[in-house]
Amino acid sequence: MITVFEKPKSLTPAKTHYCPGCTHGIIHRLVAEVIDELGVREETIGIAPVGCSVLAYNYFNVDMYEAAHGRAPAVATGIKRVHPDKVVFTYQGDGDLAAIGTAEIIHAAARGEKITTIFVNNAIYGMTGGQMAPTTLIGQTATTAPNGRDPEVQGYPIRMSEILATMPGAAYIARVSVHNPQEVAKAKKAIKTAFQVQLERKGFAMVEVLSSCPTNWGLTPLKALEWLKDNMIPYYPLGVQKAPEEVKA
Amino acid sequence: MLQEIILAGFGGQGVMSMGQLLAYAGMEENKQVSWIPSYGPEMRGGTANCSVTLSDTPVSSPLIDEPDTLFVLNRPSLEKFEGSVKPGGLLLLNSSLVKVEPQRTDLRVLKLPVDNLAQEKFGNSRVANMILVGAFVAVTGAVSLDSVVGALKKVLPEHRHKLIPLNRQALELGVELAQS
Amino acid sequence: MAKVLMKGNEALGEAAIRAGCRFFFGYPITPQSELPHYLAKRLPEVGGVFLQAESEVAAINMVYGAAGAGARVMTSSSSPGVSLKMEGISYIAGAELPCVIVNMQRGGPGLGSIQPGQADYFQAVKGGGHGDYRLLVLAPASIQEMVDLMGLAFALADKYRNPVMILGDGTLGQMMEPVEFPEMLDPEKLPQKPWAAQGAKGREPNIINSLYLNPLELEDHNLKLQAKYTQMAAEETRSESYYTDDADIVLVGYGSSARVCKAAVDQARQQGIKAGLFRPITLFPFPKAEIQAACRQAKAVLTVEMSMGQLVEDVRYNLEFRVPVHFYGRAGGMVPTTRAVVSKITELVQEGGRSA
Ligand SMILES: Cc1ncc(C[n+]2csc(CCOP(=O)(O)OP(=O)(O)O)c2C)c(N)n1
Ligand code: SF4
Ligand SMILES: [Mg+2]
Repeated sequence: MITVFEKPKSLTPAKTHYCPGCTHGIIHRLVAEVIDELGVREETIGIAPVGCSVLAYNYFNVDMYEAAHGRAPAVATGIKRVHPDKVVFTYQGDGDLAAIGTAEIIHAAARGEKITTIFVNNAIYGMTGGQMAPTTLIGQTATTAPNGRDPEVQGYPIRMSEILATMPGAAYIARVSVHNPQEVAKAKKAIKTAFQVQLERKGFAMVEVLSSCPTNWGLTPLKALEWLKDNMIPYYPLGVQKAPEEVKA
Repeated sequence: MLQEIILAGFGGQGVMSMGQLLAYAGMEENKQVSWIPSYGPEMRGGTANCSVTLSDTPVSSPLIDEPDTLFVLNRPSLEKFEGSVKPGGLLLLNSSLVKVEPQRTDLRVLKLPVDNLAQEKFGNSRVANMILVGAFVAVTGAVSLDSVVGALKKVLPEHRHKLIPLNRQALELGVELAQS
Repeated sequence: MAKVLMKGNEALGEAAIRAGCRFFFGYPITPQSELPHYLAKRLPEVGGVFLQAESEVAAINMVYGAAGAGARVMTSSSSPGVSLKMEGISYIAGAELPCVIVNMQRGGPGLGSIQPGQADYFQAVKGGGHGDYRLLVLAPASIQEMVDLMGLAFALADKYRNPVMILGDGTLGQMMEPVEFPEMLDPEKLPQKPWAAQGAKGREPNIINSLYLNPLELEDHNLKLQAKYTQMAAEETRSESYYTDDADIVLVGYGSSARVCKAAVDQARQQGIKAGLFRPITLFPFPKAEIQAACRQAKAVLTVEMSMGQLVEDVRYNLEFRVPVHFYGRAGGMVPTTRAVVSKITELVQEGGRSA
């Protein structure tokens, strides 16, 4: 038998609990591959959020924390200040990062904490049953917005990458997607850059990954990817929002 | 010996450091001491006060409700604390600012126009408090003058140590006035 | 080392550094601000990190991060801020991380006042956040004791891998008394923490976590935590008994209220009343055997606190309702006076110490 598919060292053998077709799994894999390629597995400390990826500490084969809902950037700050030479990353959902943890992420970026944040935006609260997230699109239905998000009532979805790109402390901010293989490749490149920026102590780095939640969107995995492309990308344009000069070049 | 003191005046009048000076002086003599400030918004412009305890035995409570000695540097402080002084206690008044008479008749009252005196004798109103402290030392003997002078080094920042001789003169004036 | 006159808040800061603490995360609030002020200056001098967080919520989670990474770390706040920290404290207790939390209590509830209070007793000793956990709670009553207990707090936090709270109040934070500091501990020479997340070099990953989705596992985890609390009760209780041997009336108080009680005992003794004081130093674990011994002779017990009656419940419970326990409290930032406590004592003597 020839090996066509090898698990990165930075993933444990544990089987993930994600729903079929959920892109959390792909994103885990990308992060793990990057950690492997940079050769920093034994130097890395990750922080799992509260959300569907709450058990990420069982999947990443590195030292891990489980943080309170929204607080991962503060936890990361504590770790990085104790171990400035280690690689610290947070993995957070959109409810975690853009609702309950807005203050923590903004201030981590403002301080220019030398950490890497993987922000998984699936426009929904996955874990708790499809409630509206701060990123839920106008008109998108959710269990707490059964008639679709109405800006008169629930206001507008938040574009975190654009907000964070305005912060002087943020060195690298990019938005990527994982709805097809080409985008997955670009996503990996962005994630790698976000870790490299940390290694070079340039400042705060975040990659926002548009991700699907077939379960709570009520779509098949394939339809979900299509929905992502057709609905999320127009509102959440892909691309690098901010990067150090040499990275842009 | 147990000497419980409240010092009260306007925020900027230096009552806090006057209290600390007495506490340090007590430490110079290996006494047990404590110092507690009032704190909060009342500090800004309003009246500030602190409580100082000097004792030969461990200080049971640093919180003072019946002082042996009350330093009063402004009128609101007289109104606020006069009633609390122990019968027979000592009231030291800055009469440059407090123009009213105390109500209590059972206290030993020493009224000194220290702001005017400091200006006239030393051309520096900032040593007014020292005259009162000198008087306190002379009347109570709770700490010695030398200890107070020694303590100035602790309370004054290094760059103001050149003012120690002037402070000493003001303390000595207080001693003199209290004895006369 | 010679004694220096120092404010409680600042003394706590220096004591933390002497105890090997190099990391502080906090958010400003009166009446504890001199502690962060002091550490903002002092920590960088010893190669440490002082960081003002965006909120108490963030601060306690930074503590969670630093503690899990193996450092001696501290935060401090006052009542409203400590309430905000409670979520993080529960996680820290759940993940079994050592750290020190200072609460310089002020009057409450709500925004309350900035004057001293002791109304966070329940929050401190019963856990405070969600879930079955306890903090080890130390209640100093003098500046020297604050210094001594800070060293102990870090040692106990490490020994039990449990958060330790120093429960003070505005008076203790603001007042000055002479103190002597212990020698500086070298943080590099502290025992290693093999469980800490510092990078999985040549070993299996360490996980800092309080999530147990399997209820049986979580129950086991709870039992393990309870066993720690039982061990604390057996090994760590501390208290002071002052003239209790022959006391008819025993006062009970902690922190600055206990200082007022001490003065009241002195005055009562001068009047020929056999009064004494029992002062718990560990509020959790509560010194049960000690309070029972101190109140052996007592006809009545009087609990004095700056609250509407919190410690008094533990006093009654730990005395197993055998002695009438009376209560005198002030609240909202008011401090009990010696005179008021003495008159309470006299009242009790006149009543013959009966009925609670
Ligand atoms: C303080 C607190 N409030 C609420 C919750 C419940 N909760 C768990 S996950 C979650 C939403 C997570 O959504 P998101 O961050 O978008 O992650 P996803 O599940 O979509 O990946 C909520 C509200 C909690 N655990 N803690
Ligand atoms: S609920 Fe949604 S986000 Fe969560 S695992 Fe399932 S598909 Fe993924
Ligand atoms: Mg989500």
